[in-house]
Amino acid sequence: MTRTFLGMPATAPRGVGHLRGDESFPVAARRGLADPQLRRNLGHATGTIRAKSAAVIGELPDWAQLRAAGRAIKTDTMARLPELLEQLEAAVTRAGGTVHWAADAVEANRIVTDLVRGTGAERVMKVKSMATQEIGLNEALAEAGIEAVETDLAELIVQLGDDRPSHILVPAIHRNRAEVREIFLRAMPGVDPALSDEPAALAAAARRHLRETFLSTRVAVSGANFAVAETGTLAVVESEGNGRMCLTLPETLITVMGIEKVVPTWRDLEVFLQLLPRASTGERMNPYTSMWTGITPGDGPQVFHLVLLDNGRSAVLADPVGRAALHCIRCSACLNVCPVYERAGGHAYGSVYPGPIGAVLSPQLTGVADNASLPYASSLCGACYDACPVMIDIPSILVHLRGQAPHPRAERATMAAAAYTMDRPVLYAAAQRAAKLSRLAGRRGRGLPPPLSGWTASRDLPQPPPESFRQWWASR
Amino acid sequence: MVAGPVVATALGTILVPARAGTDGWWRMRVALFVTCLADTLFPRAAVATVRLLERLGHEVVFPEGQSCCGQMHVNTGYPDQAVPLVRRHVRTFAPYDVVVAPSGSCVGSVRHQHAMVARRAGDERLAARAEDVAGRTWELSEFLVDVLGVTDVGAYYPRRVTYHPTCHSLRMLRVGDRPVRLLRAVRGLELVELPQAEQCCGFGGTFAVKNADTSTAMLADKMRHVLATGADVCAAGDASCLMHIGGGLSRLRAGVRTVHLAEILAATEGSETSGQRRRTEVGG
Repeated sequence: MTRTFLGMPATAPRGVGHLRGDESFPVAARRGLADPQLRRNLGHATGTIRAKSAAVIGELPDWAQLRAAGRAIKTDTMARLPELLEQLEAAVTRAGGTVHWAADAVEANRIVTDLVRGTGAERVMKVKSMATQEIGLNEALAEAGIEAVETDLAELIVQLGDDRPSHILVPAIHRNRAEVREIFLRAMPGVDPALSDEPAALAAAARRHLRETFLSTRVAVSGANFAVAETGTLAVVESEGNGRMCLTLPETLITVMGIEKVVPTWRDLEVFLQLLPRASTGERMNPYTSMWTGITPGDGPQVFHLVLLDNGRSAVLADPVGRAALHCIRCSACLNVCPVYERAGGHAYGSVYPGPIGAVLSPQLTGVADNASLPYASSLCGACYDACPVMIDIPSILVHLRGQAPHPRAERATMAAAAYTMDRPVLYAAAQRAAKLSRLAGRRGRGLPPPLSGWTASRDLPQPPPESFRQWWASR
Repeated sequence: MVAGPVVATALGTILVPARAGTDGWWRMRVALFVTCLADTLFPRAAVATVRLLERLGHEVVFPEGQSCCGQMHVNTGYPDQAVPLVRRHVRTFAPYDVVVAPSGSCVGSVRHQHAMVARRAGDERLAARAEDVAGRTWELSEFLVDVLGVTDVGAYYPRRVTYHPTCHSLRMLRVGDRPVRLLRAVRGLELVELPQAEQCCGFGGTFAVKNADTSTAMLADKMRHVLATGADVCAAGDASCLMHIGGGLSRLRAGVRTVHLAEILAATEGSETSGQRRRTEVGG
């Protein structure tokens, strides 16, 4: 094989897509923390999903083995990703599909926009997809005069509300039904002005709106949960049936897929289709699993395009510790168990990928400097690692990325001074005594200067003991 | 002499070096890894650990060269600065067969970070030595239950107590219900279950400062659950988490004290640690 190595792979470009927030996590988190509706919704929803998920996981005697298998398959996949992607390309092409390679968001958006233009359609319908949100496809299509209609109910709520998703699986988790009613009344074409906020009425209104879309739209855009290299089969799992409509009714189907979604063989789906629903929605099986291989004459879309998206993934793959973030199957179990996510909410992460997985994925896709606060958006409690169905050691990746993050100069100096002192017993003992004295001056330490004021704003400092342990030991 | 009990533990089956005493009990020589936080701010927890282990018939030594495990540096993104601290820790504790610390978090750092820090710095030899020391290092409840094989340590503590399982004890070390089994055997102690006990209190080292608002929101929920139990005392196996929860409860003047597990287990009938108001507890 002759290949030219042109340096480190590129990260996701700036100015396009939704991987970077405008504010750092601590600043952005304040809005979520102060929003009682968000706090209540998140507390209730994550608690409910946690309980459901724990119950169905408890039914499986081989959950631990399934997780290990999931991790092993993903590790193997990443170790030979180029080979598997070429195999996938050949299989999809053989089955009548066309494969496109997109180095980044700009290229992917251009490819999809050109393909839709080529069909003459002015509207596309969409299956919920993280990859197309990541690259800002809807905005790119809008610029080209093409309307994109989200058909997943929660995505539709987000889209009509001109809002951003805040959860991978439940994008409108931050909204209540009164807000949903208002959004529908304001933005849903042809909605009944007497619409109530009863969930059944809201669902019926969305259904009427979406039926019209399903039956009249000739082009659909989807993401993919899995792509089988061996057979060229794409898979989308969903709960509402909107995906099934989009994947079967239109003339043209365009699928945008992150390159890490490939799995080697058909049999590998056995593992992931057990892991995903139980970890994700707490169901034994997801309600709709759609699979297609290229095109089938006379049945379903007659034109199929697959866009393979890199957008920083090769850069993630180049990091031996960080690459495990590419194993993610987007179940959002880590969000649902994360005490930080539960309180700050998804918008605080700035990126379309919130929660613990977002905190390790987004900074790697963009380069750590562009999302420098995200690796610190965790108390390292480890709940995410336990919950992850493919055993991604998120805490270790967070710590690894903290080592790459740019550090404030004062912090670096303080840390260096602390390490210097801790490595010198006489100095260390002196510092212990000094710590006690400084407290006498500081009224029990209330109102410490920044950044330590972050502690004393809500917590007292402990009373300094009369003597350190080593003083006690020396005098016993 | 170096043929003590064979113990099946989370780390595998080990042979613990010990001496048989005349009364038939195994006597161990335990090196106390005090942790910098307990040494400086919570010596009561460390003193209690010493008294407890001695009461159980073992010899405690305190290697003076020890300081900090370096976890703060590693977790804040300064793994290189932690290298000398790892080297110091390994050098200090290498001569001892058994190392015990009253902290799940610091033992977690020794077991899960020291070798990684050494390898990252390209020091394979240090990594191997760190793994060796880590294999002989125990968190207090692990040591009591797995190595010594005791759950009733003869303690007396007439208080209503709720127990917060700290994240690193729970998920890095997998101490499971060992601390609770120890607490259940304490005479006079009424143990009340903490709702949503396994949720983090929001400490997270420098997280509590860098993300002070989110940390405080987590702390608020933890305190709400602690207060809902009606307990007098919130116990845990880590001084760091207790400093956080205790600092919040103190600010609220909630009247609930935070006490290290070691202090409860060290308390006996008539001892000064069996529940009277004391000078130096967390948050005063």
